[in-house]
Amino acid sequence: MSYDESLFPEKLPHNPEKATLEGRNKFMGLWFFLGGETVLFASLFGTYLALKDSVHTGPTSEELFGLPLVFLMTVMLLTSSLTSVYAMYHMRNNDFKKMQLWLGITGLLGIGFLICEVYEFAHYITDYGFTFRSSSFGSAFYTLVGFHGGHVTFGIVWLITLMLRNAKRGLNLYNAPKFNTFSLYWHFIDVIWVFVFTVVYLMGKVG
Amino acid sequence: MTDNVESTEVDVYEKEHSKDEMKRQVISFALMIVFTLASFGLVASGKFSSMVVIPLILIMALVQVAFQFYYFMHMKDKDHEMPSTLIYGGVWCAALTFTALAVVTWW
Repeated sequence: MSYDESLFPEKLPHNPEKATLEGRNKFMGLWFFLGGETVLFASLFGTYLALKDSVHTGPTSEELFGLPLVFLMTVMLLTSSLTSVYAMYHMRNNDFKKMQLWLGITGLLGIGFLICEVYEFAHYITDYGFTFRSSSFGSAFYTLVGFHGGHVTFGIVWLITLMLRNAKRGLNLYNAPKFNTFSLYWHFIDVIWVFVFTVVYLMGKVG
Repeated sequence: MTDNVESTEVDVYEKEHSKDEMKRQVISFALMIVFTLASFGLVASGKFSSMVVIPLILIMALVQVAFQFYYFMHMKDKDHEMPSTLIYGGVWCAALTFTALAVVTWW
């Protein structure tokens, strides 16, 4: 990127993420992407609901799922959604250090969530022999929950890249939209998780 | 000089505004935690039949998602017509996909 005076003003405007055309385009582009993601996850949820009772000889969802771990994961992801709101609050007040701090906390909570998920899958595979291939339920479950976990993983890689790449740059009109798009994506991951814990885990426990 | 005075006034206004915004977001977070607890509590207690529990937890999930979209992702703010169109367009396609996959297999 060539050095552009207009991207580094003395004083940032109140909404630095929407001050440039590029920023507004990034914002719109991400929402467009989220609209598509909605359809992707709907197809996975539809598949899961259609196949969840086809358990073959394997364990059923009621035998498998444990609510305490899922609750812990839910709280971690929900809290990370709030911490990224804090990060964006500090971005709008042009406080780069506090923004980085809250983004860091967001990332750590996301990593905590992933560790729990890996533990959960490992527990199902080793203790129950419940794998991707053991039944239609298994395939649908790992595809849906795994796709969500993959989105979390991608989000964490995105966040770390953003934080490291911009660590010495400070906040300006060039990178403010980037942080904002990440935070929108991260909220969307939590939106998907709300449906995952309700439809997969809670409804799986009720039967 | 007058310019400076004006710009500080705007700053004070903006600061107040984002503080209020923050307060609303913290309240939505608290409500989301309450809904999460209620959903898990309903299922964990095991006292209610699935015909009661499933609609209730689905409604609570929808409310949580609305908080997430409208408060955390600012869809309630002005100049969010395009994002709303895109998301509701997505939701509409999602509903069709979902119906095709899930409802048809219940026949």
